[in-house]
Amino acid sequence: MSAQVVVDFPRNDAKDSVIETRDLTMEFRGFRAVDGVNLNVQRGDIHALIGPNGAGKTTCFNLITKFLSPTRGQVFLEGRDVTRTRPADIARAGLVRSFQISAVFEDLTVRQNVCVALQSKMRRVYSMLRSDAGMHDLMVRADELLELVGLSDYRHEKARFLSYGRKRALELATTLAMDPSVMLLDEPMAGMSPQDVRRVTELITRLRAGRTILMVEHNLSVVAEISDSITVLARGQVLAEGSYEEVSANKDVQTAYIGAGYD
Amino acid sequence: MSVQVLAGQLLIGLINGSFYALLSLGLAIIFGLLNIVNFAHGALYMLGGMFAWMLLEYAGIGYWWALILAPLIVGALGVVLERGLLARLQQVDHIYGLLLTFGVALMLQSFFQGIYGSAGMTYAIPSELRGGWNLGFVFLPKYRAWIIVLSLAICIGVWYAIEKSRLGSYLRATTENPQLVESFGINVQALIALTFGAGAGLAALAGVLAAPVYSVSPQMGVELLTVVFAVVVIGGMGSVLGAILGGFSLGIIEGLTKVFYPEASSVVIFLVMILVIMMRPAGLFGKF
Amino acid sequence: MSNTTQIGDSTNVSTVGSTRPETNESRSHFVWIFLALAALVAVLPAFAYPLFLMKVMCFAIFAIGFNLLLGYCGLLSLGHAAFFGAGGYTAAFVAVKWGFPPELVVLCGVIASTLVGAAFGLLAIRRHGIYLTMITLGLAQMVYFIVFQSPYSGAEDGIQGVPRGVLFGHADLRNDMTLYFVVSVVFMVVLLASYRLTYSPFGQVLRAVRDSESRATSLGLNVRAIKLTVFTISAAVSGLAGAMKAVIFQIATLVDVHLTTSGEVLLMTLIGGVGTVLGPVVGAAVLVTSQNYLAGFGQWVTFIQGFIFVVSVLAFREGIVGLLARLWRRPL
Repeated sequence: MSAQVVVDFPRNDAKDSVIETRDLTMEFRGFRAVDGVNLNVQRGDIHALIGPNGAGKTTCFNLITKFLSPTRGQVFLEGRDVTRTRPADIARAGLVRSFQISAVFEDLTVRQNVCVALQSKMRRVYSMLRSDAGMHDLMVRADELLELVGLSDYRHEKARFLSYGRKRALELATTLAMDPSVMLLDEPMAGMSPQDVRRVTELITRLRAGRTILMVEHNLSVVAEISDSITVLARGQVLAEGSYEEVSANKDVQTAYIGAGYD
Repeated sequence: MSVQVLAGQLLIGLINGSFYALLSLGLAIIFGLLNIVNFAHGALYMLGGMFAWMLLEYAGIGYWWALILAPLIVGALGVVLERGLLARLQQVDHIYGLLLTFGVALMLQSFFQGIYGSAGMTYAIPSELRGGWNLGFVFLPKYRAWIIVLSLAICIGVWYAIEKSRLGSYLRATTENPQLVESFGINVQALIALTFGAGAGLAALAGVLAAPVYSVSPQMGVELLTVVFAVVVIGGMGSVLGAILGGFSLGIIEGLTKVFYPEASSVVIFLVMILVIMMRPAGLFGKF
Repeated sequence: MSNTTQIGDSTNVSTVGSTRPETNESRSHFVWIFLALAALVAVLPAFAYPLFLMKVMCFAIFAIGFNLLLGYCGLLSLGHAAFFGAGGYTAAFVAVKWGFPPELVVLCGVIASTLVGAAFGLLAIRRHGIYLTMITLGLAQMVYFIVFQSPYSGAEDGIQGVPRGVLFGHADLRNDMTLYFVVSVVFMVVLLASYRLTYSPFGQVLRAVRDSESRATSLGLNVRAIKLTVFTISAAVSGLAGAMKAVIFQIATLVDVHLTTSGEVLLMTLIGGVGTVLGPVVGAAVLVTSQNYLAGFGQWVTFIQGFIFVVSVLAFREGIVGLLARLWRRPL
């Protein structure tokens, strides 16, 4: 199914951009949540998307991952137009997202959570006549990933009983199970204690090898520390782009943040 | 085919449409606020007709008082049902709310069936509304005209109350953010119970209206309800306007089918439902 | 009235079937349960009428099919009577009109219900939650009217005098005990298959889809295809039950396709325990037995059923097997 992502799409000439959007626009009943956004995420970068509340960051994410269809504009993944591709196929093509509100499969154990992602990756979704206890290869891999995010001790726990920070860590592990070339993280630090923020920041820097990461994040010190480039959105439009120094020196950005009451 | 036949079926279609509209309107406002599909709606409609009949049979209370009393009684029952049973399910999956009303519907219908049997009871048209007018192309009985006029008036009134008044804005705000509305000093739980009661009352009113046209029987709501559900899917769940327009127009479509292809008349609404789901899954007036 | 997109749909309300106990615990006890059940099925004819026992097993198969959809994928259908009836009417028709042998009769019934199920599924999964339920209800009502009006279905009389025939040219099913043996084998196979599917990689995926559709999608799972698959399997199993019912009782009637049948299978699953392997079997046994005992009360049976519905929903959502599993701390 994901074959259609790989072939037959008109290539675009951008050099080494992994995600590119052109004139991306989304209207909800006359309200423009995203308004003509041109985004360009370079390979290997950690690219942060910041901006005041209601700036359209999460809508941008939903448009890129095809959870929403844009009113206008295009999305390119690795230079291929994926504007009309289905969300599951985008994920198979290597672009995997996380959610603002932690999304784990509450009724599955921690290990099963990761296994489901691995099954999707390995195309082992429809096997009905085998036991799930027989997927040893997947379990070994799942345990490696849980080790990586520090959840080894909880692998038999049901996900619903995890603390908030651990749920976020589990979400990262399931995202990694897809072995994505691009990760979209929607506020990975939201609602975390300072220690957890520290842990996840380190984790993300460890994970970045060989990957491109686009993240929405409110914690500006984390953004300053780990991101290579930053796009500032305000009222659905790109306000500024560049490194942290460039962006933070920008007058418009300062007024937007103060004016809109940044939390 | 004659104009008389066509006009006659159109009239029947409009009558049926009136009932579809009244019932789907009640379903829509209940769904909008409680987020549950009220499977007892057909049974509440039956209760309306049944109470009208009982009021006359046992207390000698006639049609006009029944038109007010039966909806009030059923509305009060609705409040009790919501407070006593449904309110306990607010924190669990909405499917359980549906299942509960399903069970309540079974109980109500079989209770009256156990007492009065399956055969219908007749209910006379009130003397003021007997007779009719000959319009040349069709004979229009006064009572049928009354059904259409009253249903239209009620639909427009309810639509106005929800879309244009302050009460409506509270209701809409409650569906979006109950905590916020609570902080305005409004008792959200009471609002929910009264809304359920109002929806139940609407169903009962339809039942009283229907009593002189169809016979009053414990099963009168069963098949009507599945049709009304289809109307709601077509109109767009939770859309008041969709419920009203969908109700009337599907009644007419059904009437026309009876003229042109009678074999399909019992399934035409479901066929329309399939078409709508394929082309516009959210329903014709659905907001999302 | 807002329900917008399915993004981040992890809410803290408990979903249907989520009371199901932990799955990583040992499941070895299932072997003993299945062996005990097989032994029970073997000795029961000495104590009860085979026809009654076959009815229980038929409805157990029906409820197993229903539970696949509700218990593991969280999709509530009120249209399962259409699958049960499609299986039953098709089986009855090919047996009476064309004189097919029983194995082909049941196969035809299953094929018919599978097709109906796939068609229902394609339409219903376009919506979520209660919309899906209402769509299945509407579609099933349409099937009811079509069957009612069809010149082949015998309207109110149904299709009567369905011959049981001779299975594979050897086993004469006109003998109740032979038929009982065959039905028992089918029942055990379906039960074991449902157990296998529940704890298969696919079963795991189903529970994931139930818990969070958007997260499943973001992990590359084609949620629609998965739902359609389980919907169709559920319909096929229900059709198998319907076809066997037509052979056993030698009749297909309008009740089979009526909403009350959809309600009954739902009640069985609810009483037994939504999302448990054994719940549908226990629920079917309880409901069919109680219907037998209460048959003298006529219309009041429905009243009692409604009452059970209300009580189970309010106070007993985990069902009999769900309760036992919680007390015993093992999946059942």
